[in-house]
Amino acid sequence: MNTLFPGAMPGMGFLGGLLIGLAGAIMLLGLGRIAGVSGLAARAVGIGSGTDSRAVALAFITGLPLGAALVAVVRPVAVTFPPSLAVLVIGGLLVGFGTRLGSGCTSGHGVCGLSRLSLRSMAATALFMAAGFATVAAMRALGWG
Amino acid sequence: MRALIALLAGAIFGAGLALSGMADPARVRAFLDLFGTWDPTLAFVMAGAVLPMAVAWLIQRRLPRALSGDAFTLPGTRRIDTPLAMGALLFGIGWGIAGLCPGPAIANLALAPFAVLPFLAAMIAGMLLHRLRAAGR
Repeated sequence: MNTLFPGAMPGMGFLGGLLIGLAGAIMLLGLGRIAGVSGLAARAVGIGSGTDSRAVALAFITGLPLGAALVAVVRPVAVTFPPSLAVLVIGGLLVGFGTRLGSGCTSGHGVCGLSRLSLRSMAATALFMAAGFATVAAMRALGWG
Repeated sequence: MRALIALLAGAIFGAGLALSGMADPARVRAFLDLFGTWDPTLAFVMAGAVLPMAVAWLIQRRLPRALSGDAFTLPGTRRIDTPLAMGALLFGIGWGIAGLCPGPAIANLALAPFAVLPFLAAMIAGMLLHRLRAAGR
């Protein structure tokens, strides 16, 4: 723990990140597709476009909570949710609509796109990060958490 | 076999989310909160994730096909248009509001299933809305 950033966990963050990147590498080299969670989620529930196998999408999406549960068996995983239902619903609507319109989220554009040096993903990542920073700053200024 | 590989990749991805703190909406919001007690953890997650992926892209260039025998089905990398920008902005606002993006939200089905359910239902509704809007054009 350092005193400048009391809650930070850089080591675990980096290790967890390596696993996320490894998973992306398995999807790319093993199956020839991008580990973009928004796209795979849409495909899994039958709303996605494209020709990707629905079984593959469903399997990947099923794996996400499975892997998280495995970690939770070994060590406690603290998650703190926003208390407001409205915040969760509005956030969910924007994330669902926005990731489809923008063809990707933190995993597809962020992890897979940035590492590919894709200009399109760099632009998307810069924009959603800027919007995220601005939104939290605005909420703080308005006293909404 | 393909589904099994995808399940394994999903599980490794989900484990990474849980281990790194990305699954915690409060930590994600703390990363986005530049004017509060800023938590840089997410930058380390990003760095860790980009490294193996960068190596994977280098290998990908030398492979004619994926190891499964499938052709690579990859999105374009150059076109920056209005839907991309608008979508990324809307996604970023939602991400900032709730502290959740699709991966962590789905992984939370194992960690906080009742808390994440309204977000997931709304997320799918948002995806459907986009689908309906696209179909109406």
